[in-house]
Amino acid sequence: MARYALRRLASIALILLLVSAIVFAAIHVLPGNAATLILGEYATPEALRTLEREMGLDRPLLVQYASWVASVVTGDWGVSLAMKQPVATVVGYRLRNSAFLALAALTVVVVVGVPLGTLAALRRGRPLDLAIVTATYVGISIPEFVTGLVLLLVLAGPSVGWFPTSGYVELASGVTAWARHLVLPAMTLTIVLLAHVVRQTRSGLADVLTAPYIRTARLKGASARRIVLRHALRNALLPTITVLALDLGYLMGGIVVVEEVFAYPGMGRLIIYAVQNRDVPLLQMCALVVASVYVLANFAADLAYAWLDPRIRYS
Amino acid sequence: MSSLSPTLGVGGAILALVLAMSLAAPWIAPYPTTEQHMLERLKPPGARFLLGTDQYGRDLLSRTLFGARPALGLGLGAVALGLALGVPIGLTAGYVGGRLDDLVMRVVDAMLAFPSLLLALLIITALGASTGHALLAIGVANGPGIARIVRSATLALREAEFVLAARARGERHLYVMFGEIFPNVLAPVIVEATLRIGFAILAGASLSFLGLGVQPPAADWGLMIREARQYVFLSPWPLLAPGTALAFTIVAFNLFGDGLRDRLGAT
Amino acid sequence: MPPPVLDVRALSVQFETNEGPLRVLRDVSLQVAPGETFGLAGESGSGKTTLGYTILQALAPTARVTGGAILFEGRDLLGVSEDELRRIRGRRIAMVYQDPRSALNPTTRIGAQIAEVLEIHERAPARAAGRRAQELLELVNIADPASVARRYPHELSGGMQQRAVIAMALAGGPSLLILDEPTTGLDVTTQARILELVADLKRRVGAAILYISHDLAVIAQVADRVGVLYAGELVEVGPTADLFAQPVHPYTRGLLDALPHLDGLRGLVPIEGRIPRLTDLPPGCVFAPRCDFVAPACTAATPALETVAPERRARCVRWPTVLATPRRSTAAAIAPETVASDAPLLAFEHVSKYFGGAGAVARWLGIGAPPVRAVDDVSFDVRADEVVALVGESGCGKTTLGRLAVRLLRPTAGRVRFAAPKPTDAQIVFQHPDSSLNPMKRIGPSLARPLVLRGLRRRERGRRVRELLEAVRLDPDYGARRPAALSGGEKQRVAIARALAMAPQFVVLDEPVSALDVSTQASIIRLLAELRRTLGASYLMISHDLSLVRHVAARVGVMYLGRLVEIGAVDEVFRAPSHPYTRALRSAVPRPDPAVPGRPIRLEGSVPSAQHPPAGCRFHTRCPQKIGRVCEEAEPPWARASPTHWIACHIPIAELSRSSEEARP
Repeated sequence: MARYALRRLASIALILLLVSAIVFAAIHVLPGNAATLILGEYATPEALRTLEREMGLDRPLLVQYASWVASVVTGDWGVSLAMKQPVATVVGYRLRNSAFLALAALTVVVVVGVPLGTLAALRRGRPLDLAIVTATYVGISIPEFVTGLVLLLVLAGPSVGWFPTSGYVELASGVTAWARHLVLPAMTLTIVLLAHVVRQTRSGLADVLTAPYIRTARLKGASARRIVLRHALRNALLPTITVLALDLGYLMGGIVVVEEVFAYPGMGRLIIYAVQNRDVPLLQMCALVVASVYVLANFAADLAYAWLDPRIRYS
Repeated sequence: MSSLSPTLGVGGAILALVLAMSLAAPWIAPYPTTEQHMLERLKPPGARFLLGTDQYGRDLLSRTLFGARPALGLGLGAVALGLALGVPIGLTAGYVGGRLDDLVMRVVDAMLAFPSLLLALLIITALGASTGHALLAIGVANGPGIARIVRSATLALREAEFVLAARARGERHLYVMFGEIFPNVLAPVIVEATLRIGFAILAGASLSFLGLGVQPPAADWGLMIREARQYVFLSPWPLLAPGTALAFTIVAFNLFGDGLRDRLGAT
Repeated sequence: MPPPVLDVRALSVQFETNEGPLRVLRDVSLQVAPGETFGLAGESGSGKTTLGYTILQALAPTARVTGGAILFEGRDLLGVSEDELRRIRGRRIAMVYQDPRSALNPTTRIGAQIAEVLEIHERAPARAAGRRAQELLELVNIADPASVARRYPHELSGGMQQRAVIAMALAGGPSLLILDEPTTGLDVTTQARILELVADLKRRVGAAILYISHDLAVIAQVADRVGVLYAGELVEVGPTADLFAQPVHPYTRGLLDALPHLDGLRGLVPIEGRIPRLTDLPPGCVFAPRCDFVAPACTAATPALETVAPERRARCVRWPTVLATPRRSTAAAIAPETVASDAPLLAFEHVSKYFGGAGAVARWLGIGAPPVRAVDDVSFDVRADEVVALVGESGCGKTTLGRLAVRLLRPTAGRVRFAAPKPTDAQIVFQHPDSSLNPMKRIGPSLARPLVLRGLRRRERGRRVRELLEAVRLDPDYGARRPAALSGGEKQRVAIARALAMAPQFVVLDEPVSALDVSTQASIIRLLAELRRTLGASYLMISHDLSLVRHVAARVGVMYLGRLVEIGAVDEVFRAPSHPYTRALRSAVPRPDPAVPGRPIRLEGSVPSAQHPPAGCRFHTRCPQKIGRVCEEAEPPWARASPTHWIACHIPIAELSRSSEEARP
């Protein structure tokens, strides 16, 4: 297990390095460098050159990349051009807000999605399964901004007004107010993810139920209940762990749109802000942080999987 | 021949409808998409405007019909681009194997660490917001995922005996890859591409919704929803008309792709 | 005679498919008495596995029992409720089937899986069930039951896994044990130990055993009585000794004549034709289209299972004629001639092939795994116009060596010299009919492609494709078919034709018939022998089947764990003096003759990992003749037993000759 973790860790480090290279390349190799982005198309050549020198953009790309990685690793994340604040401070605050949202959504997804998927797999081909499957198609197909706006219309409209239409309230100013602001964006995120997890659980369990060792259990005289609980579910749910980690990546993408719809001050909205204001130092770090969260979540999932699956644990 | 499966049938029917809509839009749309009726703003559905009007009094039916064009164009175009990038990369990595495969797959893994919307946003920041750049960005964002699918299908066939036989008789590597392996990888690739068109449409609409894709005053579903946002409590129709069209189109690609998967027996 | 435990009466089962009902079993009747082992033999498509699952009512939802009864201890299983069935399964009737690895739950410990039977049926408390599980593991001859009980399935070898599955089957103390191909997929030395266990259990446990297998030699060794299934019908049933000595049904006769024999003197007579499609059965006797004795009466009506002698019945109206006709001369017409040439055509010179292994960084960090030594320092050659065979169990490196010969792999060390003008003069035929042809290509284009490479014009290619099809005995219209429309044997013929299209001087045959049924096997082997004579090519045949090798090869090499341990003329390798491993391998091959009971030499443990091969002689960890420290420390030297016969062993040749005397004649 320790050896496995070490091996994974080495490959994680490599991937994070590649991730940073991609972020860097996307912004620096494509036409138009950060200085043009900041000053706009009509800047004078002198002004451009001055800024380039100030930002160190006149150095070779590899040197720029190396110095950027070095400063990121040492905690110097730079200053946001548009906000005039340290990037680390801004990102830290927004990341926390987004984490509330993601955790709320993931919790609901696991608590509701897994049992629903199990139910569908056990009732395969019957009306209940059909209803659940149909619902998942709807869930994965409606864009988050449509779902979000419809929820807004239905639950936060002037006539109903159960939840605030947008914004955020600090946890310090009251749990209820805080939670009320969290409900609609979290619900929007949940709908897509739920569909995803239900489908995964259903197909995973349906697959396992056709495995030879399930037949073995049946021929031992095990009851249907015992077969599902003792033999099928554990093996079927193992891959779901990986899917949840992958979903976290999906969640990070969804957050961009959902936070925009509900004007929720998290990472997603920060990214849009950075894009709209061409705030390169901010955008770089946002992208790096989001990708790193995803990579680390996958690492955690791999470890959890290995811990739960003896086939990997002892390899 | 077994009968048409419901997923394939329903998905196909909606797709045919959306395609017909986009092709016939100039003839069946009652008004030009940008014609403003300033006295008829945010009208609910009625005899004159079958789906109502938006905040400038533009006919929602006409705009929704025409909106199918950028959606399909972007979905198909982006996936075509993704295939053009992903298929050769995946095929080569899977076939050659070894260090090259390791390297390519690490880069692919790193690119997959970015939610595809974020990757598209990075590219758009560098290039600027426009329909073409949105297509390019989403297409590039689809490349790594497609490469991964093609690579694993190729890897499964690399040691197939008919592939080994081809190598033993001295076939060129290009022939082995495209003449022997590729035809067998086609089925999963078609399935994957179909499913991805739906998600590409979704991503394109998201970019337009964020103001980073199709620009006004074009008729585009994502953009229409962006514009409808402010007025959603005054009139839900500017949201519901394009929203429904968008959802149905994406559902259709998902159904059709899953149906194809079952039909072609691909995994 | 006591009443039978199992009494299957006129059972018929069909599967509903898109092409209409598939009549998998028709009018099958058989009885199994307490303490008796009934062997059910049949080729693929005979319905033998369906019968096993029908007894336990574990058929696929598309299957339907259309007639008959299954009386178990006097009660018809077809009528019992799901609840009652649950009480019978695992307790009164238990089943073991092929591929133990997938039969075991991968994430549950072995002990717990066995104990579960007791928890279900006896509501045994966990601790008592666990103790009993260990006793059961001991019963199936597992040396260290306490430690095995704590392990997960993937940590055990195939043979150990199958023992664990058998222990699980015995847990409820069943009165009927169904063993469905329990040794298929296992190596021959492992198989020998499982068969020994089955015989042993029969003595100690006393359950009735229904032993299902495609392998008549195995059935000959384990069964008291035998039933032969063909295309869903039981064509013959009788006591094992009688049935093997004097088969009555032409199909049984054909099967026995098709088997290769370890003496290389009998067998390999093919049954022509193929098994009928179960959606489209011929009128009358199902075997009539392939039968040498066919008469008008055969196709008039389905023959009944007639009693032909005490305890013997056969479904053949022509049985008196069959019995009166002497069996065909089965002299193996394919025996290899002596080699004309002395010049090596292909030579392996100290060839090694390692796979994988960690990179430098991982090794430095101490987290890398060592490489798998698939082939380690092997030297031998194949001469022009010669057939050499390589035998050995799975993982011995024989397949890797074959791929090295045709340049599909490059050696890690050493050299493969090929004395032909073009590298493509070496070709290969593979094992799996389903993977050997590109499923997206029709047969014609598949065969034409090598001709394109050889620069033939379009018109010549068409003619040559027809000639190739003819050479492998396929109709020219096969060129337009897709692989999916061909049987396994037909696909293998196409694969052979494709290799021949390159006009090779040297062909590697990598287990060319091991995925095929016995009757098809014989015809492919004959075809290969005949083609070689007309081509004048050399063959390197790779096989796990010693009997088959005896029929075709002039020389044989024996491999164990990446090393060549013995090589010599075929007759030399099949008699003393022998390497201890060769001896064990030979003794483990079951004979298709109940009169010659197996006396396999027992090999302890399992094959060590090729990542960490033992030092010294690689076989020392399991060798029954190990002489001491020298075996553990020194590489065994090559000793010359005859000008053509070499053995790599520390034991002197004289002693090896002596120690082999006690082996059976």
